Amino acid sequence: MTDVLLSVEALAATYNHSIRAVSDVSFSVRRGEIVALLGANGAGKSTTLQAVSTLLAAQRGQVTSGRIIFDGRDIRSATAAELVRAGVVPVLEGRHCFASLTVEENLIAGAIGRDARRSEIAADLERVYALFPQLKERRSSTAGLTSGGEQQMTAIGRALMSRPRLLVLDEPSMGLAPLVVEGIFRALKQLNTEQGLSLLVAEQNSTVALRFSDSAVVLENGRSVLAGRSAELRRREDIKTLYLGGSAQKDARPTELKPALV
Amino acid sequence: MFDYQFLLEVLIGGLLSGVMYSLVAIGFVLIYKTSGVLNFAQGAMLLFAALTFVSLVERGTSFVVALAATLAVMIALGIAVERAVLRPLVNQPPITLFMATLGLSYIIEGAAQLLWGTQVHGLDIGVSDIPFDVGGVFISRFDLFAAAVAGSLVALFTLFFRYTRTGLSFRAVADDQFAALAVGLRLPRVWAAVWTAAGIVALVAGLLWGARLGVQFSLSLVVLKALPVLVLGGFDSIAGAIVGGLLIGATEKLAEVYVGPLFGGGIEAWAAYVVALALLLVRPSGLFGQKLVERV
Ligand SMILES: Nc1ncnc2c1ncn2[C@@H]1O[C@H](COP(=O)(O)OP(=O)(O)OP(=O)(O)O)[C@@H](O)[C@H]1O
Ligand SMILES: [Mg+2]
Repeated sequence: MTDVLLSVEALAATYNHSIRAVSDVSFSVRRGEIVALLGANGAGKSTTLQAVSTLLAAQRGQVTSGRIIFDGRDIRSATAAELVRAGVVPVLEGRHCFASLTVEENLIAGAIGRDARRSEIAADLERVYALFPQLKERRSSTAGLTSGGEQQMTAIGRALMSRPRLLVLDEPSMGLAPLVVEGIFRALKQLNTEQGLSLLVAEQNSTVALRFSDSAVVLENGRSVLAGRSAELRRREDIKTLYLGGSAQKDARPTELKPALV
Repeated sequence: MFDYQFLLEVLIGGLLSGVMYSLVAIGFVLIYKTSGVLNFAQGAMLLFAALTFVSLVERGTSFVVALAATLAVMIALGIAVERAVLRPLVNQPPITLFMATLGLSYIIEGAAQLLWGTQVHGLDIGVSDIPFDVGGVFISRFDLFAAAVAGSLVALFTLFFRYTRTGLSFRAVADDQFAALAVGLRLPRVWAAVWTAAGIVALVAGLLWGARLGVQFSLSLVVLKALPVLVLGGFDSIAGAIVGGLLIGATEKLAEVYVGPLFGGGIEAWAAYVVALALLLVRPSGLFGQKLVERV
């Protein structure tokens, strides 16, 4: 058993067999590590993550070359359902809650996704509610009517119900107020330190991502151009202007929703 | 003096026959919600179910056994469609799937013809069509029975979708197919379950419609009755299918009786389309629908 849980080697991917979205991405996630995948709009973060969770086909995309090894096994030909059961669980960009289901039904859907037994579901629900007490209050609300922060918590909780070994999050900060973002990253960090959960997080919000991650990879135009320890990258003021699309103020993101407290 | 009792009678007759439209429409909605495809083969499935049942009964099988056997056949058909048609076409645009169901409908009709021949069969499900009198208003016993059966089926489905794992998976897939995939739900199983459910709806609708019109190849055309219902209620709403069916049923009968004479009669066949088209201009996604109809 090696130290490396996930390794992506020279990944290239296209959409519709024509649009090249990612051309050369390599990085690895070690057990118990939080890795941030940084990059500007269109850099290829989502494409990379969807390749990792074999969701590209559903977007009419395809991996054209490279290898994705999870826990010693090449997962390129696995189905998403198999992968979730193996422990690679995605939290999608834009949350993608089941809008007409209640918060709790959303969570249960995550448990069904790994064929959990009834007793396990009850225990896992309590664990998610302990992590996000706000969800417990909103458990019987329709997910589509909850706040952005609550939806993000629901999406993360739903993934946790699958008992992940590697949680793959795509821009969990998207459209959320700074305070809410802070709360969500704290919860993720807590899972990491208390349960040793490994995380791969794509973020445009590099300030937050670098603060909570152990190491980071920067993507630019579909290539991984820079990698290192997050603490070191944080000290380099230039990476924002060089790679992350413009001003060093980028992390002050628009808040589209009420500043719901976590 | 205006005959209100007669109006009431026409209205009730219309509503009850509307229930039968709802039943056909629900078969469409189930599949549309989970696969985003208008299943053109719903009519063929309905015909196939009714024909299989009648042919078994005519060959001396008892009512219950024939019903169970037909049910088994419809379940097998649902699973086969998922394996042979849906799975290979996954991630294709909806129009491709629609064309596939078009082909499927001819295959199912062809199979029905090969297996059971082309003659017209009468179907007696043991409910007479003698009207009975409720405070001076005559109501058809058969219509009432059909409405009760359809109502029970809808109630059963509602319970199933609310309280079972498969039901929850179904609602999840209907809400957000990509998220359902990401969560690890096995979409092929959900699709097989949905086509099976649509098969059961087709069986019930096929028996009721077959008992009314006789079991023959034109039975598959009752789907044309479901289209205005779908336009009215929305392609993705079961509640819409029910309300739409009732509205269309009532409209048809009322139009036939009160407006028909102005045109010399015979407007029942197309009055529903006029209503549906008018609504389409005002509200393209139907009374209850969310997704745009153009998605088809
Ligand atoms: N479904 C799709 N079909 C076709 N092209 C796509 C699709 N999704 C993404 N692309 C293209 O692939 C490239 C990489 O996009 P991707 O979504 O991976 O970037 P990203 O880093 O996640 O960006 P963002 O921060 O905006 O989410 C972009 O040029 C984009 O236009
Ligand atoms: Mg993205």
